[in-house]
Amino acid sequence: MTRRRLTDHPVAGILFVLPFFLVVVVFLVVPLGYAFWLSLSSKSLALGTRFTGFDNYVRAFTDPMLLDGFLRVVVFGAVQIPVMLGIALVGALALDAITTRFAVAFRLIAFMPYAVPAVLGALMWGFLYSRTFGPFADLPTVFGGAPVDFFSAGLLLASLGNIVTWAWTGYNMIVLYSALQGVPRELYEAALIDGASQIQLAWRIKVPAIKQAIALATVFTVIGTMQFFVEPYVMSRFAPQISAGYTPNLYAYNQAFAYSDFHYSATISFTLGFVVFVAAYAFVLVSRRRRGDS
Amino acid sequence: MKPRARLPHLLMAVGMLYFLIPLLWIVIAATKSQADLLSSPALWFADFSLVDNLTALFREDGGVYGRWLRNTALYSGVSAAGATLLAALAGYGLARFSFWGKRFFETALLGMIMVPSTALVLPTYLILSNVGMVNTAWAVILPSLLSPFGTYLIRVYVAENVPVELVDAARLDRAGELRIFWQVVLPMIRPALTTVFLFTLVSTWNNYFLPLVMLSDADLFPLTVGLTTWFNTAQQEAGTRVLFNLVVTGSLLAIVPLVVAFVLLQRFWRSGASTGALR
Repeated sequence: MTRRRLTDHPVAGILFVLPFFLVVVVFLVVPLGYAFWLSLSSKSLALGTRFTGFDNYVRAFTDPMLLDGFLRVVVFGAVQIPVMLGIALVGALALDAITTRFAVAFRLIAFMPYAVPAVLGALMWGFLYSRTFGPFADLPTVFGGAPVDFFSAGLLLASLGNIVTWAWTGYNMIVLYSALQGVPRELYEAALIDGASQIQLAWRIKVPAIKQAIALATVFTVIGTMQFFVEPYVMSRFAPQISAGYTPNLYAYNQAFAYSDFHYSATISFTLGFVVFVAAYAFVLVSRRRRGDS
Repeated sequence: MKPRARLPHLLMAVGMLYFLIPLLWIVIAATKSQADLLSSPALWFADFSLVDNLTALFREDGGVYGRWLRNTALYSGVSAAGATLLAALAGYGLARFSFWGKRFFETALLGMIMVPSTALVLPTYLILSNVGMVNTAWAVILPSLLSPFGTYLIRVYVAENVPVELVDAARLDRAGELRIFWQVVLPMIRPALTTVFLFTLVSTWNNYFLPLVMLSDADLFPLTVGLTTWFNTAQQEAGTRVLFNLVVTGSLLAIVPLVVAFVLLQRFWRSGASTGALR
């Protein structure tokens, strides 16, 4: 029955989807295609623009600056993502178990940084870290220690990680908390009757029940991390040792606007987009198939 | 309070401090003159100069801050309204009609959500510069209309909340397809529309990379790009021009409306977040 009804107006259906489809073509398909096309040629003063096939990709995969930047983002993500999602998960479980007004206030306040534009968040933390403006750098001097240099080579990545953690923990916490709210309560009662503690209940029942939400939060965080740009870009004003290739996305931006090499920039953009897309899409498809729906 | 609930409460208190301190700092800092900003304790008040700062903020560079504020509101308002409308049309089309290529498009939609948006910005810049559209408001608004996540969310919401029978009944009453969409479907999916609108509004309001790449004329900047150019100037001139306090006050003014908006509208974000996470 439903099937017949749905096929009644094929033209109307296409017309409803058409405007969105056009935006997809113009601002997603064409830019990706154009980036790929650009990446297949190079421009030089002597020879002008000429077709160079996959030369740009060979250059990219052997470019120490790009590889360093890529490695840096991977190391960054390997530490920052588990820390952030771990805190978010613990926070979500606490919110799910406690329903005091204090918990409601915590939920609101943790979510606030999400409303702060990333660039202004980075700027704020830049001020907070700095010795002239902020309260933190000179804190150890109160106890007779040396001031902290948050922009030093050893601490820079951690300082950046803190900005990202501050901005996104609350958001992820709300995502996981909302997923927990959707778990049927009967599941808990049975476990409690069997004598499970709150901690056991959380780890044995609640966490497995929201595995899908945790997985998706991870995918979206990985996508975001691979595009890492705003925080290092802003922090380079405080920490001049942040190089043009500190992250792949920063490198792509600098190739285009500092060195005017749009072909190489497109190569980096396309590679980055492609790698992230394939990894994320494969992950989602596999985890959906495992759940047994389409 | 049960004794075992003490530890979670303590942890929450620590978390609250962590999330609040930067916001407290910027509220306090916005009340200080540039001299006090550099010399007084960072987390306590000095001479109250908020009014002076605000006056100076809207005077600096011929009142360009007011234009940035208007630009931001315009870009994010138009983008959010447009993206929501496109998502509503497409989401309804996908949920309630069958047509050639639909299955493929729905699978592709999932992939589109996964495409990193910044990878699109540079090629889009090159395309728009070929047709002479960079450095216009359109260069920021048009790419922001793309919201595969919004379309996905509305498709799910329509499938669950708009009965086929109701649409059919309207058809029997000889209502046109567009009229059914406008008068029957749209009012029924208002919560989903609000969620998509808020998500796109915040993401456009907060966007930095896209306008940074697309715009070169300071009169066209949104707040995010404008304030960072001021910050860079202040940094280069080592604070000789009185700008740091304006950057701080201007940032506070840019953040407050959004923080207030989402505290008031929190439940919509939660419903959006859970739909995105659970489906």
